[in-house]
Amino acid sequence: MIPPELLAALSSPAALSLPKPLPVQENTGRAGTFTPSTVRFSRDHDFFEDGDVHRHLYLEDVLTGIGEVEQRPKVSEFHCQMAGCSQIFDTLESYELHYNTLHRNVCSTCRRSFPSARLLDVHILEWHDSLFEIMAEKTNMFQCLVEGCVEKFKTAAKRKDHLIKTHLYPSNFRFDKPKKNKKYVFSNF
Amino acid sequence: MWCASKRIKKSQLTLEDLRVQRREREKALRKARREQHLTSKRLLRDQTDEEAFLGGNLSQHLLSEQQVLQRIRDIQHGSDEKLKHLTVLRHALRNRVTQLLFIRAEGSMQFLIGLFTCQFARIQMEAARCLHELSHSNDPAVSKACLPATSYLVTFLSGSSAELMELCLYTLGNLSVESEAARHQLLLQGIIPAFSMCLQSPYVTVLEATGYALSQLLQAKEAPQSIVPTVLEAGLTQDILKLLLSDFGESFGMMIEFAWCLHYIISSQVNNVVLISQGTVPKLVHMLTKLTTSPYLGVSGSELLICPLVRCLGNLLTEVDGANKRAIQEDGRVIVALFFFIQKFQQEHLFVIQECLWTLNNMTAKDPIICSAVLHFKLIPVFLQLLGHSRDIVLLVSLSLLTVFLNHLHKIMGHTPVLCA
Ligand SMILES: [Zn+2]
Ligand SMILES: [Zn+2]
Ligand SMILES: [Zn+2]
Repeated sequence: MIPPELLAALSSPAALSLPKPLPVQENTGRAGTFTPSTVRFSRDHDFFEDGDVHRHLYLEDVLTGIGEVEQRPKVSEFHCQMAGCSQIFDTLESYELHYNTLHRNVCSTCRRSFPSARLLDVHILEWHDSLFEIMAEKTNMFQCLVEGCVEKFKTAAKRKDHLIKTHLYPSNFRFDKPKKNKKYVFSNF
Repeated sequence: MWCASKRIKKSQLTLEDLRVQRREREKALRKARREQHLTSKRLLRDQTDEEAFLGGNLSQHLLSEQQVLQRIRDIQHGSDEKLKHLTVLRHALRNRVTQLLFIRAEGSMQFLIGLFTCQFARIQMEAARCLHELSHSNDPAVSKACLPATSYLVTFLSGSSAELMELCLYTLGNLSVESEAARHQLLLQGIIPAFSMCLQSPYVTVLEATGYALSQLLQAKEAPQSIVPTVLEAGLTQDILKLLLSDFGESFGMMIEFAWCLHYIISSQVNNVVLISQGTVPKLVHMLTKLTTSPYLGVSGSELLICPLVRCLGNLLTEVDGANKRAIQEDGRVIVALFFFIQKFQQEHLFVIQECLWTLNNMTAKDPIICSAVLHFKLIPVFLQLLGHSRDIVLLVSLSLLTVFLNHLHKIMGHTPVLCA
C-alpha cells in the first residue's frame, strides 16, 4: 500500500521534495557485482506487445456520434442569405455546414467559393490582381497549390505539370482551372 | 455531428458472446503483431444509423450488380432525392460484396469524387461518408480504389468545416495503413503541413481525428526513415505536447491519440535529442503526476493514456542528462505516481505494471537520489505486494525488475533490511 501521506502529496499543488540520498558505497568494477543500467525498447519489441494489442482493440471498436441531424429540432425552412446563393435549409446545423464549406473562403469579387484559404488566395492573385499578368512575365508567379510547398511557376500549365508529377495529383484536379475556362470550381454535376 | 464519443452498444449480443469475440480479435492482433503487420482501422458511424443497422435485416444490404448500378443512376438523375439516394448507397456500401461491385462499376469512383467535391454541403458530407465506409474495408482493392480521392481529402483538411475535416481525417487514417505507396502519395500531397493546420483547430473532435490519422502514419514500417523526420521538422511534437498539457474538458480520446503518436515517435529513436530539448521529460513528469488526480482515471480506458506516456518517459530516461533528471529529483511525485498506477491497474491491466516497473528501473538506475527516495517513501511494500500476483508472465518481468532494483539497493549500506521489513 502506498503510504497515505504520499497519496495526499499527489493531489497537493506543491512539489514533493526528495530526501537527502543515503550514503552510497562505491563497489564498481568488482567481479560478480551487479551494475544497474537503463533499458531502451524499440517500438517493435515484444515487451510492448500487450499494450499494443490493447490499443488496437480500442481502435477497432466502432465509434458513433451522439446526435443525428434528423433528430434535431427543425426550424421552418429558410434560404441562405449570401448573395447569389439560394439553397434552402430546415436545420441550423445543415446551414452551418453549408456556410462553413461554401461561404468561408469566398472571393468577394466573383463569389466563387474555395475549399481552403490558400486556394482562395491563389485565385484572387491570379484572377483579380491587375499586376499579376505583368509580374508573371518577369518572374514565376503561379504558386503551387499544395500546403507546405513553396514552388512557383511561369505558367499555369507548368504548375499543373508539377502537381501531377511531384504531388501525384489527378490531372483533372477540380480546383485548378485556368482563368479562361468559364467554369472554375464547383461545377454542378 | 459525427464524433468519436460513445462506443456502440451491441444490445443483441450477450456478455459472453462479446468476451469470446474479443478473445478472437485479440488472438488475431497478436499474430499480426508478431508478423509485423499490426494495423487497425477506425469506423465512425451515426448512432441512430447504427441501431437501425443492427436491428434491421442484413440481407437487404446485399445488392446485385444491377442494383448497384441502379443506385448510381438514382443519384445521377433524381435531382430532389439525390441526398436520399446517396444515403441508401452509403448503407449498401457497408457490405463487402457491394463495395467490390461498386468500385468495379465503370466511372463509379470518379462519380463519387465528383459528389465529394460538389457545392452542396450535405451531399458532399454524405459522399465523404461513403468514402469513409470504403476506406474501412479490409480488401486492398477497395482501399486502392479510394486513392484518387486523397488529393481532395488532404485539401479539405485546410477548410473550415469541422465535420468534414473530421471525416476526411478518419478516412485518411484508414487509407494510410494500406500500403507504402499510399503513404508516399499522402506525404507528397502535403499531409504533414495539413496536419500542422489541423492541430490548431479549436474542435476536440478534429484534434482527436488528427491524432488518429497521424498515429496511423507513424506506425508504418518505413516511418523511422521517411515519416518521423518530417514530423519532427514540421514541429508537430511541440503542438502535440501543448495539447497533452492543455486542460480540455472531455478530451480523453484526443489525448489518447496524441500520447500514442508521441510513443511511436520516441520509440522510433530517430532524434530524441530534439524532443528532450523541447522539454519533453519534465512535461511527461507533469502529465503523469497530474493524471493521478484526474476524474477520468476512474473511467475505463484510462490505461490507454497512461501506457504510452509511461513508455515515452521510460525510453527518454535512457537518453537524458542530469539536467533533465532534475525534474524528477526536484519533485518526487512522479515516482509516487508510477506506484499509484501499479496499484490501480494490477487487477485489470498487467501490462501497465510491467511498463511502470521498467520506467522505474530506468529512473533509479545509476541514480542514488531517486533510489533513496523509493526507500525513504516506504514504497517497497507495493513491490512486495506484486509478488502475490504469481500467475502470469508479468510476474517474471516484475521479478526480474525487482531483482535489478534490489541489487541496486544493496549498495546503500545498512538501510535495506530495515526499510524493506
Ligand atoms: Zn449559401
Ligand atoms: Zn474571384
Ligand atoms: Zn508543389
